[in-house]
Amino acid sequence: MHKYHSRIYVTLRPSVLDPAGTAVESGLKQLGYEGVEGVRIGKYMELTVAAASEDMARQQLAQMCDQLLANPTIENYSFELTAV
Amino acid sequence: MKFGIIVFPGSNCDRDVATVTQGLLDLPTRMVWHQEKDLDDLDVIVIPGGFSYGDYLRCGAIARFASAMKSVVAHANKGKLVLGICNGFQILTEVGLLPGALIRNRDLHFICDRVSLRVERNDLPCTKSYSRGEVITLPIAHGEGRYYADEETLKVLEDNGQVFLRYCTQQGEIDVTGNPNGSLHNIAGITNQRGNVFGMMPHPERAADPILGPTDGRKMFEAISQ
Repeated sequence: MHKYHSRIYVTLRPSVLDPAGTAVESGLKQLGYEGVEGVRIGKYMELTVAAASEDMARQQLAQMCDQLLANPTIENYSFELTAV
Repeated sequence: MKFGIIVFPGSNCDRDVATVTQGLLDLPTRMVWHQEKDLDDLDVIVIPGGFSYGDYLRCGAIARFASAMKSVVAHANKGKLVLGICNGFQILTEVGLLPGALIRNRDLHFICDRVSLRVERNDLPCTKSYSRGEVITLPIAHGEGRYYADEETLKVLEDNGQVFLRYCTQQGEIDVTGNPNGSLHNIAGITNQRGNVFGMMPHPERAADPILGPTDGRKMFEAISQ
């Protein structure tokens, strides 16, 4: 078994309104960053998983995201893996 | 008609529901700890409001995996009644018994208020004591109550008449001024296609005892018990 460190990014689907992101965007504009647009707030998670191969680790992570870490109705996810 | 009320760590409206079903209406009621599995004695399962498991990750996301929830799904699949209120509605969407999701309110605030609601259907077990189109008043108390579903799902909900409760103005108009949290289509409560699982953000149990004010919610429990 190998251990893989994973960084998981969960973001709101583009069709879902993100009022918190809009509020942060207006805050940035008030600070003078006039060129800012499209602020979206998501979640970042880290975990380490043991698996026989990187492919197996990826499969497990996709299942974890589908089953719990993200809600496919409102969220998309992506992740990166590194062997540790 | 026997009621069971699921109690998760963090549930906080469980005893309010029991106060109505057992205390006011004298109906057999038992509290169901989230680790229980055998719910066969129950006719109606209520998933109450609160913050199950701290609502970590997403509202209802962890509660969905409780042992009792497997039995709730089995109970629903037999055609028996399930009512999810507030956090209970969020859990029902997470577990997949109802479509869509409840997300952060449009204006980011936790809203604690009394709101007007239009009863869209009165042919359901929980709404048969109201008239169709009747405007009722119930309390809401949530930070994540904005109903969201994709266009396709919304169309299915509307085509099948699965929306049984909508936020409205005092006059019963369905518009943005009567929509406290930005829910799509002003949705406050939906049912599944079979019509035996109900999810709603407003709290009928908090509007049942005349000592506490309006009693529009009491009729919902009376209807279910008949």
